[in-house]
Amino acid sequence: MFFKFLKNLSKSLTLLFMFLAAPSLRADWFALNMTRGTTEISNEVFELHMLIFWICVVIGLLVFSVMFYSMWAHTKKKNPIPAKFHENHKLEIAWTIIPFLILIAMAVPASKTLVKIYDDEAGDINIQVTGYQWKWQYRYLEDDVSFFANLSTDLDEIYNLVPKGENYLQEVDEMVVIPVGKKVRFLITANDVIHSWWMPAFAIKQDAIPGFVNTAWTVVDKPGIYRGKCTELCGKNHGFMPIVVKVVEQDEYDEWVFNKREEAIKLAELTTKDWSTAELMERGQTVYEVNCVACHQTEGQGIAGIFPALAGSEIALYEKDRHIEILMEGVQGAAMNSFDYLSEVELAAVITYSRQAWGNAEAGDGEIVIPKDIVDYKEPKI
Amino acid sequence: MSAVIENHHDDHHHGPAEGITRWLFTTNHKDIGTLYLWFSFAMFLIGGAMAMVIRAELFQPGMQIVEPEFYNQMITLHGLIMIFGGVMPAFVGLANWLVPMQIGAPDMALPRMNNLSFWILPFAFFILLSSLFMEGGAPNFGWTFYAPLSTTYAPPSVTFFIFSVHIMGASSIMGAINVVVTIMNMRAPGVGLMKMPLFVWSWLITAYLLIAVMPVLAGAVTMMLMDIHFGTSFFNAAGGGDPVLFQHIFWFFGHPEVYIMILPAFGIVSHIIETFSRKQLFGYSSMVWAMLSIAILSFVVWAHHMFTVGLPLAAEIFFMWATMLIAVPTGVKVFNWVATMFRGSITFETPMLFAIAFVVLFTIGGLSGLMLAIVPADFQYHDTYFVVAHFHYVLVPGAIFSIMAAVYYWIPKWTGNMYDERLGKLHFWLSFIGVNVTFFPQHFIGLAGMPRRYPDYALQFADWNMVSSVGAFLFGFSQLLFLFIVLKTVMGGKKATDQVWEGAKGLEWSVASPAPYHTFSTPPKID
Repeated sequence: MFFKFLKNLSKSLTLLFMFLAAPSLRADWFALNMTRGTTEISNEVFELHMLIFWICVVIGLLVFSVMFYSMWAHTKKKNPIPAKFHENHKLEIAWTIIPFLILIAMAVPASKTLVKIYDDEAGDINIQVTGYQWKWQYRYLEDDVSFFANLSTDLDEIYNLVPKGENYLQEVDEMVVIPVGKKVRFLITANDVIHSWWMPAFAIKQDAIPGFVNTAWTVVDKPGIYRGKCTELCGKNHGFMPIVVKVVEQDEYDEWVFNKREEAIKLAELTTKDWSTAELMERGQTVYEVNCVACHQTEGQGIAGIFPALAGSEIALYEKDRHIEILMEGVQGAAMNSFDYLSEVELAAVITYSRQAWGNAEAGDGEIVIPKDIVDYKEPKI
Repeated sequence: MSAVIENHHDDHHHGPAEGITRWLFTTNHKDIGTLYLWFSFAMFLIGGAMAMVIRAELFQPGMQIVEPEFYNQMITLHGLIMIFGGVMPAFVGLANWLVPMQIGAPDMALPRMNNLSFWILPFAFFILLSSLFMEGGAPNFGWTFYAPLSTTYAPPSVTFFIFSVHIMGASSIMGAINVVVTIMNMRAPGVGLMKMPLFVWSWLITAYLLIAVMPVLAGAVTMMLMDIHFGTSFFNAAGGGDPVLFQHIFWFFGHPEVYIMILPAFGIVSHIIETFSRKQLFGYSSMVWAMLSIAILSFVVWAHHMFTVGLPLAAEIFFMWATMLIAVPTGVKVFNWVATMFRGSITFETPMLFAIAFVVLFTIGGLSGLMLAIVPADFQYHDTYFVVAHFHYVLVPGAIFSIMAAVYYWIPKWTGNMYDERLGKLHFWLSFIGVNVTFFPQHFIGLAGMPRRYPDYALQFADWNMVSSVGAFLFGFSQLLFLFIVLKTVMGGKKATDQVWEGAKGLEWSVASPAPYHTFSTPPKID
């Protein structure tokens, strides 16, 4: 009865708070606690968190109340002659054994939940998640669907030139789509440095480590859009590679997969098309702004000492073959990774762009690269 | 220097040398202690200035003051400087001043090495700080410098960082060996191991931890150096290496390291609570055993920093249980402090205020640590501001409050002058409020989902970040008051008696105030 009353009371209090907070749309003063998750596991984790939280609060209050009582009652004024007692074996054994038992009471349910989380069986849908500096790649292993998700918040919002949108820093250009009620398994790895894939609503946080494949799974029953973040320092744009998962009904999911595959086929057709320099430049600029600009900067000037400039670089001016090779293979021992995961069109376009832009066309040989060059580069190796 | 008693067997007896050579060539434990303390205070201000930059950038969402690249350099240097330059040298300074006086020894056992271990430190930090002005900027991979971000993807200054960590490590190892040798060999007759003051005990254990783990850190950075310059692949997956190996090695050093930064604080706080409660410490031997068990356990819990790297289930469960076990001896310590105060005769001078705040706030940090040990919950807490709040609660109102408490407690003995009690209390209250306003809201921010090491954040975290920044500025600027109080006390003030505090017990209080340049040249008589 009493608990029910407490529950109701807390409910009405919450409502009252929500009402009070209503004028400020982003009621952040009340973002005080972990949010309850949307899956069975994340709910269990939330309950576990609340359990240990209250145990800690009670322990803290007990200890502090004895201490504050002493500070009030046993001052020099009120108690000029201090007591002489010290060491009491019964008391000392008690304050060793009792905490030990409390710890076991916490550790047992925690271990049980952990066993549930560590379920290694394959999922209905398996998605490989790869962390890159500074974006996520998602590959649907059964469906041959693959794409990158980049932050879609405008730079002007970040630099305070325009008002910030509702999902500031929590929005991407392409969401991961999964269906409700299916067991989805994430195979998490990284291409360059260590990242970490965190989706609070599913209670999943797994480090994405180059050379390792970590796994995590979830079953989500409620359609909706869920937002998460990278949680392992991965370089300068660590704070700018969010995660957005969209959970949809099965038929909507099937449609999405179908469309993604159509898109991929159309993209492949582009490889054989005849490209003009202007078309390549236009497409190349987009690819550059997504993949290269973070290091090589908007004017291709790079960052002295860390990221080489492309404007006026020997390779971008005269060495077309080496230019292709660098994008395909990366540079050993440097931050420049292979970009061979981009499509032939994207690669040709971005190489052309960096050989033409920033005065490079005038300064160097101005040679362009077409998708077929990339295909030719790949071929002898097969 | 009139109070120096031994003159019959000391033909060319001397006080301190004149001018700068006194400090450059000194082998006197008190001078070296002073050098360490001033050095750590300078580093505390530099590291603090970096924290101010961090909090200023986080005052509002959006990038305002610095670029993300520079922000990462700030968080890295802030951590490294506060740990290796602020807290550790401060404790070594206190050990230099107090360990010989507390065990009735004339000086540290290895005085020339003592000079060397201090004087290499400024060079280490000069190298580290100079990396700010190098091409590519300072280290930007966090104080935990996880590979491969700190190897393949690091700025060129990483090599200087490695060199400076080597020097810091050498300094710490020398300091630690000196403490162990001094305590083991130079105790006055009658000072048995179980009669040593708790600060000495805490430092003996700390010194063993240092000797055990600083070489591990040196190994880690050497492997990084090999990976960067000599083509090895210890941590490079593409060459068959293992990035997770780095984390195992780092945290095998790193976890004992965090106890290195708290054990001496336990010693200090025990003395202060005893003195101002005017009552014997409740359980001396259980305090010693608790410190020993914490130290031993610290070697088997390192992977609780790595719950999300994909450890096998058995490892997660082992490290969770082992970590939770540490709560038992830590609880014993807290209960002992409370029991010591109970039915004592308490007064609230500045050192006592800091010590009480230490017990309360360190306990809060300890309890959030217990929460972090619960693996499934840690999946939600890991690398969020909840962790930032946790370790700042144990390091700032933990380690740093204990250092400030120690300074107020012993400065009358060091300088012969009492500090200004009114200003001291003002400094305490400003720091206490500042610390809590800074770090308590970070629990909220973290639970609500803000990751650490983010230069910018989503809008729902804006309000508490602003509160946290305001608190940080308050705390930061209050420390200038601390500097003023210390300078004022060094210059003059009410003369201190030899015992200084009514309830103070121990050999250091039996010598004159200020303590003569040489103390206990003949061993004291212990009853």
